[in-house]
Amino acid sequence: MATATPLTLETLERDCRDHESSAHLHLRALLEEGLPLVAHPWQVLAEQCGLEEAEVMVCMQRWQEEGLIKRLGLVVRHRSLGIKANAMVVWNVPDQDVTRVGHTLAQETAVTLCYRRPRRLPEWPFNLFCMIHGVRRDQVLAQLEHIVQRHGLGGIEHQVLFSRHAYRQCGGRYALEETR
Amino acid sequence: MHCHSHDLDMLDRRLIDSYQRGLPVCPRPFHAMAECLGTSEAQVIDRLQRLQALGVLSRVGAVFDHAMAGASLLAAVAVPEEQRDAFAELINQTPGVNHNYAREHHYNLWFVVTAPEEKSLAARLTRLEALLGRSILRLPMEESFHIDLAFTIPWAELE
Repeated sequence: MATATPLTLETLERDCRDHESSAHLHLRALLEEGLPLVAHPWQVLAEQCGLEEAEVMVCMQRWQEEGLIKRLGLVVRHRSLGIKANAMVVWNVPDQDVTRVGHTLAQETAVTLCYRRPRRLPEWPFNLFCMIHGVRRDQVLAQLEHIVQRHGLGGIEHQVLFSRHAYRQCGGRYALEETR
Repeated sequence: MHCHSHDLDMLDRRLIDSYQRGLPVCPRPFHAMAECLGTSEAQVIDRLQRLQALGVLSRVGAVFDHAMAGASLLAAVAVPEEQRDAFAELINQTPGVNHNYAREHHYNLWFVVTAPEEKSLAARLTRLEALLGRSILRLPMEESFHIDLAFTIPWAELE
């Protein structure tokens, strides 16, 4: 690395905690678009946002440890592979039970997402959401039925919202527009 | 874009199975992946480019934590079924919309809006609400029990 003053691990790590510096916001915006598929991708990103390759790599490690980056890798479009039976199951769970039921659903391997959201009465009485992705609709419904039976959830009002069409499916865009 | 699972050979599948998470952070990550998979760096890069062109991969990159990275919200609207495509197009034109699905329900369009922070998220939703001429159901995440879209691909079922 050809820098005038050698970068120590401490200075690199301190810099990386500053997620909001313009170079780091630029790096985050570039990461949201995806890595360049070249032999030295971190080097290319570093050049684009005015950082050193080593700084970018330390940011990757640190942001993963801190949880800012949940995962680094191949982001699959499931629908394009044929995993098209995408069911959003919404539940109206009594408030005192919602956390327990949420954790129960989350442990099921068929459940890929599970979270609590607010009710919007009177239009929307549901406060717990989970997602089941599958190849066929009947298989997804059978998995759901199995989960309902196994955990005794038959008394909880729920609806299944299968997806009909994906108008857009891409990663979150949190970075400021001006850094793009 | 659509492809069939039989267009993907064992190397494609092993790449997907092994690296939905844990992309190596070293100067030549694709070289490190190639060594683990018993192939060449050029082959890994070539396969990733092909999978991206086929639409199987949306990208090779980072998935950010929605709360730490900024602001986000699940939103829904009920629109006339015959005008669904036109409404979906208006939603897609809103900055920060990263998912937009038609679903089988009275609320037939479901989308996720992200923004750098809460204030700009609220402004985007207010503007979109005026554009659509309909009220938007705003459903922020209050508690997360499980989010993992890097699940195991059921190759056998896709055959």
